[in-house]
Amino acid sequence: MSESVVDTVSHQTGETLVDVQDLKTYYEDGGLLGSDPVKAVDGVNFEIARGETFGLVGESGCGKTTLGRTLIQLETATSGAVSFDGTDITELSGGDLKEWRRNAQMVFQDPESSLNDRMTVGEIIREPLDVHEQGTARERREKVRTLLDQVGLMPEHYYRYPHQFSGGQRQRIGIARALALEPEFVVLDEPVSALDVSVQAQILNLLEELQEEFGLTYLFIAHDLSVVRHICDRVGVMYLGNLMEVGPTEQLFQSPENPYTRALLSAIPEPDPTVQVDRITLPGSPPSPRDPPEGCPFATRCPVRIRPEDIDASDAVWDRIREFRDVIRERSRAEQSVGERLKERLGFDTALADSEEIVEEEFDDVTLPPDVQEHVEQAATYLSDGDPDAARAYLREVFGGQCDTETPQYYDVDDRQMSFCHRHAQEHVSPGEELRQRGYDTHDG
Amino acid sequence: MSHTEDGEPLLAVDNLRTVFHSDKEEIRAVDGVSFDIERGETLGIVGESGSGKSVTARSIMGLVDSPGEIREESSIRLDGRELTALSEKQYRSVRGGDIAMVFQDPLSSLNPVYTVGNQIIEALELHRDMEGAEAKSEAIELLRAVGIPDAARRVDEFPHEFSGGMRQRAVIAMALACDPDLLICDEPTTALDVTIQAQILDLLQEIQAKRDIGIMFITHDMGVIAEVADRVAVMYAGEVVEQAPVEELFANPHHPYTQGLLQSIPGRNPSTDRLPTIEGDVPTPHESASYCRFVSRCPKGFDECERVHPAHVEVGESADHTAACLLYPEDMPTDDTVTQHEENADQTGVEADEALSADDWPAERRKASEDTGPEDSDARADGGHGHSAGDTGGHSEGGGSDE
Repeated sequence: MSESVVDTVSHQTGETLVDVQDLKTYYEDGGLLGSDPVKAVDGVNFEIARGETFGLVGESGCGKTTLGRTLIQLETATSGAVSFDGTDITELSGGDLKEWRRNAQMVFQDPESSLNDRMTVGEIIREPLDVHEQGTARERREKVRTLLDQVGLMPEHYYRYPHQFSGGQRQRIGIARALALEPEFVVLDEPVSALDVSVQAQILNLLEELQEEFGLTYLFIAHDLSVVRHICDRVGVMYLGNLMEVGPTEQLFQSPENPYTRALLSAIPEPDPTVQVDRITLPGSPPSPRDPPEGCPFATRCPVRIRPEDIDASDAVWDRIREFRDVIRERSRAEQSVGERLKERLGFDTALADSEEIVEEEFDDVTLPPDVQEHVEQAATYLSDGDPDAARAYLREVFGGQCDTETPQYYDVDDRQMSFCHRHAQEHVSPGEELRQRGYDTHDG
Repeated sequence: MSHTEDGEPLLAVDNLRTVFHSDKEEIRAVDGVSFDIERGETLGIVGESGSGKSVTARSIMGLVDSPGEIREESSIRLDGRELTALSEKQYRSVRGGDIAMVFQDPLSSLNPVYTVGNQIIEALELHRDMEGAEAKSEAIELLRAVGIPDAARRVDEFPHEFSGGMRQRAVIAMALACDPDLLICDEPTTALDVTIQAQILDLLQEIQAKRDIGIMFITHDMGVIAEVADRVAVMYAGEVVEQAPVEELFANPHHPYTQGLLQSIPGRNPSTDRLPTIEGDVPTPHESASYCRFVSRCPKGFDECERVHPAHVEVGESADHTAACLLYPEDMPTDDTVTQHEENADQTGVEADEALSADDWPAERRKASEDTGPEDSDARADGGHGHSAGDTGGHSEGGGSDE
């Protein structure tokens, strides 16, 4: 590992090419109802050095694609700054923006839909050159032929149509198009996820060769962590619009600090049947980015959430409390839907009467300490009064700790590695230690 | 992994051939595939897109429609009962009743205009004669069993109100509604995120342990295979090219395709700078296999691969590890292995298969490999006398480099 890292680092100058500061991208509905915006990217900071491959990983809906698109101004940032070589590109417009766009290109995930089937391969690759009026027609054609060669296609492919190519070859066409204007920075949005493993390896190798040859800087977006581990120099882990942890790839994969990163890495099935993975299986699914939790974005699923000190309960009871809160949260979300309101108006009182049933379903096989019992009953009362929002707020108040109320900050956890978690603060037990205490095996040490 | 008491595996697929006809040509999507699945066992089927994994699953489910056709020499037996001979009406009780299937995209197997509960209730009415309140409470119970919280409420929700992971859980609940013996999972976690995938894999394992069902698990992800499968069949261009217990396959892959597949997984060995690749793409099989379909991409291919179709031979330590490649059996000079494969092809070969009826086919593949026993020694004896040393050197060099 060390050799390859040194190898790649030697191509880098260490100078920052892209600097992202407190970037937010929200999608507003713009409807009359004025509902909450989708907070796709919710305050992100990082830098990408020249010649580096920066990986962005996370589950679907975490905002990684939106972040990538915002970096090259395909989406408009709601606030924050993206400086590219010192220029804040969120401020650019008109001719300046068009001029700058030559510098930053994108390769899309799906080679089936990102190529126009009615144009020949030559036309597709030449299009950016035409748009930016580069050279004479003859020079452009010549350039396209060179590009075909560089991405491993044949000159005779110029006059063929995309449907005549396999997935891997189509992705090569997409790459050739992205490189036509000789950009410095390329956003690769899941460039290999639609491809079979053996073809995937070909494209990854091609991307690395092109990077060396042209000194490209990549932002590599992927949900496949093994691909990221192979190709990236540094990695950022995203969850619900926030960067949870950033660090050099091998370091991050070998000693993740953030609880989310740990859970994510432990969830990857290892291609080795003899390995017994000590998996941290996360409960539930990520909350809606329209209604993210206050405090830490990961608080609703975190295995090491900070618990309030005044309640003394077993891990099993805390698990049930978490599930119960999920159910209530889900209910208060469902309450907001128009259909639900209609049903209520029309007298279809669907599920409000069964709050006792939920309590029973959740807690029937554990013994609750008296204070917990009391709180749960209080919440159930709110629920049967038809006010799940109040129940949710009440539960948050009595069972919520620091993670539910305060947004964490970034802590330096290792050389160039930062993590977004309250547990790195002096007064708390670290995530790894806490995981062990709560009965998870960790890979530390 | 043990046979059931009567010695009959839960599912026995033998020489399955599924072809699709178009105006100009026929596509042999599945071309002579054989495998067994026992109760409580998970058989992983792995291969790239176009290798015939999904068509195999659909053939077992009886879901191959015109222009597709299951050739008559194929045999699919569930608990000893031949399925290929069933009428569509008879098949309907098998499908959903004895065999259930979970597809890659949960949205495509859920009807958007019915509540999740109603879809489960429908299955219960059809296959288990339940009705009304009884069916509904069973539906809630099933949703609970697959880990959907607040099931009593969610049973009345529509598929779009469920998250991706929840939808797949609901589909699994539907599949379990009829208490199947065999569950076919076609890339059930491919559309899901890893943390959700982990939940679904846990769930499937729990269900299998509780209900002792056989699972056929199709995926292209070697990591998932390593985790869920007891045995693995590797498919390439419509054929199974290697079959082995999972540890054996990963530790000791024999077919050059399996070797390439395992090597091209990124991150398996983070130290490598460039990933080893398999050049080219999966070919579409149009004509009968009178050659090795992997030859155009095979790093170890030689001339004979172009004209001899390899048969499955036992390789490696374990008796149920077989590979279809002219390089094996390993302890034999390559000229002799070629001869053996040739003879094998003549016996059970593709040229003759038109003439054979389903009854003529040996029930178990193992029988075929026993038949090859004597020829085996013949060939070796031959090899003792006359073949050129130069040839062997060349080929075994290829064979040896996989260590």
